[in-house]
Amino acid sequence: MTEEQKPKKPKVPRQKMPEQNAIERAHNFYEVALGYTNDLALLEASRCLHCKKPFCMKGCPVEVDIPDFVEMVKAGDLMSAAWKIKEKNSLPRIAGRVCPQETQCEALCVLGKKGKGEPCAIGRLERFVADWAAEHDEGKRPALPKPTGMKVGVVGSGPAGLTLAGALIKKGIAVTVYEALHELGGVLVYGIPEFRLPKAIVRAEVDELRKLGVEFKTNWVVGQIETVDDLLEKKKYDAVFIGTGAGAPLFLRIPGENLNGVYSANEFLTRSNLMKAYAFPEHDTPIAKGRRVVTFGGGNVAMDSARTALRLGAEKSMIVYRRTKAEMPARSEEVHHAEEEGVEFHFLTAPLEILGNDAGWSVGIKCEKMQLGEPDQSGRRRPLPTGETSVIECDTAIVAIGNGANPLVPRTTKNLETNKWGNIVADLETGKTTKDRVWAGGDIVTGAATVILAMGAGRKAALSMLQKFGVS
Amino acid sequence: MFEILEIGRLGPGVNRAVISAPDIARAHRPGQFIILRAHENGERIPLTVADKDVDKGTITLVWQEVGTTTYYLGTMCPGDRLQDLCGPLGKPTHLEKFGTVVGIGGGIGVAPLHPITKGMYDAGNHVISIVGARTEGLLIMTDDMKKISHELLISTDDGSFGIHGFVTQVLQSIIDRGTKIDLCVAIGPVPMMRAVVNVSRAANIPTVVSLNPIMVDGTGMCGACRVEVAGKTMFGCVDGPEFNGFDVDFDLLMKRLAMYKGPELISLNKFRDTERGCKCTIPGGA
Repeated sequence: MTEEQKPKKPKVPRQKMPEQNAIERAHNFYEVALGYTNDLALLEASRCLHCKKPFCMKGCPVEVDIPDFVEMVKAGDLMSAAWKIKEKNSLPRIAGRVCPQETQCEALCVLGKKGKGEPCAIGRLERFVADWAAEHDEGKRPALPKPTGMKVGVVGSGPAGLTLAGALIKKGIAVTVYEALHELGGVLVYGIPEFRLPKAIVRAEVDELRKLGVEFKTNWVVGQIETVDDLLEKKKYDAVFIGTGAGAPLFLRIPGENLNGVYSANEFLTRSNLMKAYAFPEHDTPIAKGRRVVTFGGGNVAMDSARTALRLGAEKSMIVYRRTKAEMPARSEEVHHAEEEGVEFHFLTAPLEILGNDAGWSVGIKCEKMQLGEPDQSGRRRPLPTGETSVIECDTAIVAIGNGANPLVPRTTKNLETNKWGNIVADLETGKTTKDRVWAGGDIVTGAATVILAMGAGRKAALSMLQKFGVS
Repeated sequence: MFEILEIGRLGPGVNRAVISAPDIARAHRPGQFIILRAHENGERIPLTVADKDVDKGTITLVWQEVGTTTYYLGTMCPGDRLQDLCGPLGKPTHLEKFGTVVGIGGGIGVAPLHPITKGMYDAGNHVISIVGARTEGLLIMTDDMKKISHELLISTDDGSFGIHGFVTQVLQSIIDRGTKIDLCVAIGPVPMMRAVVNVSRAANIPTVVSLNPIMVDGTGMCGACRVEVAGKTMFGCVDGPEFNGFDVDFDLLMKRLAMYKGPELISLNKFRDTERGCKCTIPGGA
């Protein structure tokens, strides 16, 4: 008698997330990724090994209890799973969409580490759970503790400020968030396009915080209508958090950068996202709908800009980047999506001049071919000029090479130290600045980074404030 | 919030409204501006503050009807509310006792000039104001300006009121009569500001101009309002709106102001076909 072999359990592969097909989606602003179905989510969750020592959590800037929430998905208890996530992350529908999970939690997943396998799709599960919970909201909220009588003012309603607000209000601390624009969410509403993060989701997440008691004040430019010192002294806030973001676009400093048709990515995306210029003239704000559009840069913002240009009707949307694909800071998923949609990449190409016509409109880019040299301080190989030039014809050019620090708050706040780039100096573990009772976090401290790092900074600052206040 | 308390016409295509905005009234300094959205699908447009009343908690806006939003505003009534009003924005005017200050306002530019002139007057300067317009009907706020000027000179291009000529000619005549001028402040259409700077430069009189580039956020985040000053790219919203007139690239400013001429016309035509658009005074409208 031969020993009966135990049938091998079929290995479940990492489940893909359904998305709109590339040809169709390149001409609409609906969300690209459609999210897991219930079945797909259960299948994916079943792959999680529920490690005793969950490495994945170490990769999460806000330390979501990943194995626990995935276990609840396995058990079909999605509402509990959602609350488990929300213990650490007030904005899971947003994080589930824009986090670079492949370099964070999923990069450390044991399934992926064994060599051949692929990591558990934690980000897709987070998104699924959070969306499900929003759709099946029963109006139940965790009981809030008695008000402590303390209050905190938050400058900026982006991911850092919203996260901090969520963490504090749950501990009985009153929070007022001040926002310069007319909509809440900061970069989540003006920067990240609808097709990656629907604005209805941002609104819903903000409403959730409002229901918990967070107050919001829009059209309120701290540094102009009142200062941080006013908030502390006149309005008697116990603490102020500055999360104003990296709000000052950098330009190329080349001839022609102020021609008509040349945008900063911030302006291009703000017109399209916040002001809904894609729906012009139903919405009043116009945008140049270029036939041939060139975007400079290799980050996520460059991908967002190039893909937005396609959706606005560009015949050709091109990315001009001075290094190669390997050095691009954008998420590989974003680059992949851009390629699928037909964005054309010009690597090892650096702009020298934007050429214009008599009416002051851009008509082309004079570029220089580059080659890669030795690595620079960032560890990426430095592009070196070759002397070989060419012209790329275009009517619209978008500069997506990063942001400097916005000066409005630093220049109007006493005793607030900034570094040579104008970023606020703050302890990266606590968010504490050089000024008493003032914390800061997100891009205004670190320079342009990611949504989840800003959320992490908001969370750390909240914990530091709570410790200072003696609230647990 | 942002209720319109009074609204009316100052002249053909020129309107004035008093708006409830106590926080802005309190914080506003001469030279600063606001950004508003008239309705929920509206664009963000910058307007300078013509006057304020801290006790009543109001600001006064004056605007010329040129595009969809400004025509839309003209159809609003007392009791209506602006969708959004954000300010004060921009750097305040540098006010001190310079000596003799000549304020020059062309057309609608008199509105933003008014609080600056008031500030200069209160700082102890000898204030000479030149107010100009194409024709008599387009002269605005002359009585307001008179109260805060030691000397008020009015000119019209067609001679229908006051001195027959351009504001630059009036400025030249003040220079020619030997009055020592320590500072000029010029606000108005770009060609006017450029012409003033040409006159004042020749006489070596420091000249401040207030620029009105196209803006979106108004807080330095988007860079729509780029202007070139002394060869450097500056943001009208956070570096300005006031700059040294000698250094401004007016030609670039003119071209950038014309960037959306096509879409603006599409938008205006669409607005004209709406129920509200019929009520307004767009030339060629119903």
